[in-house]
Amino acid sequence: MSAKTADRIATAVIIAISGIIVLLLAGLLGYILFRGLPHISFHFLTSGPQTIKAGGGIGPQLFNSLFLLVLTLIITIPLGLGAGIYMSEYAKPGKLTDSIRLIVEVLSSFPSIVVGLFGLLVIVNVFGLGFSLFSGALALTVFNLPLMVRITEQAMKGVPREQKEASLALGLSRWKTITSVMLPIAMPAIVTGTILAAGRVFGEAAALLFTAGMSSPRLDFTNWNPLSPFSPLNPFRPAETLAVHIWKINSEGLAPDATQIAAGASAVLIIMVLIFNFGARWFGRYLHRKFTATK
Amino acid sequence: MEQPAVNDQSRVKPKTERTMAKPHVMEEWVGRVFTTLCIVVLVVTIAAIVYFVASRGLATFITNGVSLSGLLSGLKWDPEGEIPLYGALPFIFGSFSTSLLAAVIAAPLGCCAAVFMTQIMPGLGKRVLQPVIELLAGIPSVVFGFVGLSIVVPFLRSVFPGQGIGIAAGSIVLSFMILPTITTIATDALSNLPRGLKEGSFALGATRWQTIYRLVIPTTLPALLTGVVLGMSRAFGEALAVQMVIGNAPHIPHSLFESASTLTSVITLDMGNTVMGSAHNNALWSLALILLAMTFVFVFVVRFLERRNNR
Amino acid sequence: MKKALFIVVALMLTIGLAACGSNNGGNGNTTNNGTTNTGNATNAGGNNAGGDAALSGSILASGSTALQPLVDQVSKKFMEDSKYSGITVQVQGGGSGTGLTQVEAGQANIGNSDIFAEEKFVDADADKAKELVDHQVAVVAMAAVVNKSVTVDNLTKAQLVDIFTGKVTNWKEVGGEDEKITIINRPSSSGTRKTFEKYALGTASQDIAGSIQEDASGTVKKYVTDTPGAIGYLALSYLDDTVKTVKYEGVEPKEENIVAGTYPIWAYEHMYTKGEPDAVTKAFLDYMVSDEVQNADVVELGYIPVGKMQVKRDAAGNITK
Repeated sequence: MSAKTADRIATAVIIAISGIIVLLLAGLLGYILFRGLPHISFHFLTSGPQTIKAGGGIGPQLFNSLFLLVLTLIITIPLGLGAGIYMSEYAKPGKLTDSIRLIVEVLSSFPSIVVGLFGLLVIVNVFGLGFSLFSGALALTVFNLPLMVRITEQAMKGVPREQKEASLALGLSRWKTITSVMLPIAMPAIVTGTILAAGRVFGEAAALLFTAGMSSPRLDFTNWNPLSPFSPLNPFRPAETLAVHIWKINSEGLAPDATQIAAGASAVLIIMVLIFNFGARWFGRYLHRKFTATK
Repeated sequence: MEQPAVNDQSRVKPKTERTMAKPHVMEEWVGRVFTTLCIVVLVVTIAAIVYFVASRGLATFITNGVSLSGLLSGLKWDPEGEIPLYGALPFIFGSFSTSLLAAVIAAPLGCCAAVFMTQIMPGLGKRVLQPVIELLAGIPSVVFGFVGLSIVVPFLRSVFPGQGIGIAAGSIVLSFMILPTITTIATDALSNLPRGLKEGSFALGATRWQTIYRLVIPTTLPALLTGVVLGMSRAFGEALAVQMVIGNAPHIPHSLFESASTLTSVITLDMGNTVMGSAHNNALWSLALILLAMTFVFVFVVRFLERRNNR
Repeated sequence: MKKALFIVVALMLTIGLAACGSNNGGNGNTTNNGTTNTGNATNAGGNNAGGDAALSGSILASGSTALQPLVDQVSKKFMEDSKYSGITVQVQGGGSGTGLTQVEAGQANIGNSDIFAEEKFVDADADKAKELVDHQVAVVAMAAVVNKSVTVDNLTKAQLVDIFTGKVTNWKEVGGEDEKITIINRPSSSGTRKTFEKYALGTASQDIAGSIQEDASGTVKKYVTDTPGAIGYLALSYLDDTVKTVKYEGVEPKEENIVAGTYPIWAYEHMYTKGEPDAVTKAFLDYMVSDEVQNADVVELGYIPVGKMQVKRDAAGNITK
């Protein structure tokens, strides 16, 4: 077999496999959307859930998911960026750095249920934060942090050496070089990575069952004072996210339309991820343009 | 220097005019302190979790008098029986086989997708394949579980003997879940490859496949492996989705289509139902400890492989 | 441009440091365990709209996922009642074990459980059960259910034991068609499984190779619906026409049979408090057993009101009329 034929066959195989992946994923997404879309309505998106009657909605859960994502990112991004920069720029090669990298890798694969229970015993009970959005965000930080560190570290390492050295040669401090030369170049990769990491926040249920809780107290959407216990913005109130809600109604739900609500909520979740992905992608490009001054 | 880091930063500006050297030092200091603090937080978090899991997990051996070898090699798991039995081998076997099989399914797919996106049709790949795969990463494990329950299990039931549940179903669901991880890391690795390397190969008259097969893949192998490992570790730790489709009988199955359990599935099922401090609960924490230890071993093995590949 | 970046970094720094600070602060707090509860109770204190007599505070009820829908529903109704406008009730799942652990450790005000605390706290922990006060709020009954392909519609105790211990593996041996039996059991720690073993089988069931174990009623129902030849058990509230309900010893799982004590597979739903409940918690528990709830929500959700039962049972399973 000539090299040309082998090349053609291999290319065809790779294209075919990629095609199959797209088809499978499209089928999966299509299945979820097809099952869920008919149940999505304005009422469904805004009203609260029902225990046994049909016609419950997912309004508070939708809000909680978004809010929790924002909270988690507020905690994770600075910590993850800092730790990632440390690993790539400041850490000296050696046993200590190696072991830090090792535990970061291990941590990212820790089962969510165990982190959830750790959260229950340490964050919820010992810290006294109770079942709250903040506890949930801290538990999710445990997952997100190693991912963020990895992403940042890799993105920083991907910055061309010449750029970094040129900046240092010009007399800029190391920190200045990192923040104004390297970070902007690494930013698009970091943003993409953050999206992947955020996907996990959206979908996480096991860890949140024990930290953010499974109930949503009365929410008063006219009260935006973050300190009031009924305000949706209060980070110290319990909150059931969309993924937890799906799990709850699928496992113990008694409403006659539980399956439909679960299907609808799954579709909403996918659509939200879709919107979020495209938004972040656009934002990544925007940042790239802004920081590197390329048109 | 005595002032806290945050204040220093806000004062950097006015001082610039007077002294040139000082803000540099300040800046450097701020950066170093901030990043070091972040690492400290990270390490403290990890240490806290390891300590906590270990203190709970070791109680089985200390308070409840179960032997480590008995736990690791025992075939029978019956913690609520007349004579409680804690044999976790079926779960260890289940965890290993599901995540290995999932990686075996997902790794070639992910690498093909990455090659497609970077080497064959970058335009189409970036516009179609990448968004779809990133979207896949956003699908919650709960939804995967229910899709597995309503599509994968009935499909396997109709094609193969058995009830459709088991290691095969678990692996298929998991392979979908880890595909984005593997693909993303592989794509990053492939696109970070220096252009000159590939062009040199083309200039020497190699076909695209030869270049990919002989040059691109060997050069990026450590990174590809890292992706597979990260994928596998996610498969190891995944709980809810696997639990729904694997069947959860505490036995080593005779086929891929017979009810089996993983470490995570048994923890998920029993943890909430047992009271903290009871023998059963401690045994579950021991399983979590095994999970942690296994992950460590696992990461070490891959490190070793990576180092050999680099030589 | 640079300014923007500078501000972003400065912001991150501040938040990062704040986060570090709060983490460290929390770490130093480990000894201060007992205050959690007080914090809870005073949380909603500022919200007290009524006069001096009005109760205010917050209650955390956690535990059994099977009981959660009922408590959740009642808590909503409770909070809407103007008499209790100062009280916030949080309902959490997590499983009976978690609920009992939390209430025993004082982290929750109420621990919801499917089974008696005496059955969960065993051996060295047996004393812990004595500190807890039991409030039985409803009765839940279970029925054996089979896939619709199964022709059998009545199973005796002996037959069920044979099936769930693996002696019988084909439906033809218990009077059905030639079809393999697939058991959908619950995990060994499940309260539902304990109830079923104790009152339907009278013996422990076995984790047979090839059997399926699921904890959530919804998943059990899905497996029984989809798998030919499957048998499992569900609380009455989950029964509908997607699965086939089997009679036990010829007795139908109906309310009148359960109330009279002729159908034995039932258990209490418990809400445990540590010691006697405080005024706020008591108000909620009283509301829970009031006629307003017992005759409405309890029945609506497929439970049986405690007051209707003509027989009573204690933790050891002894029945009294």
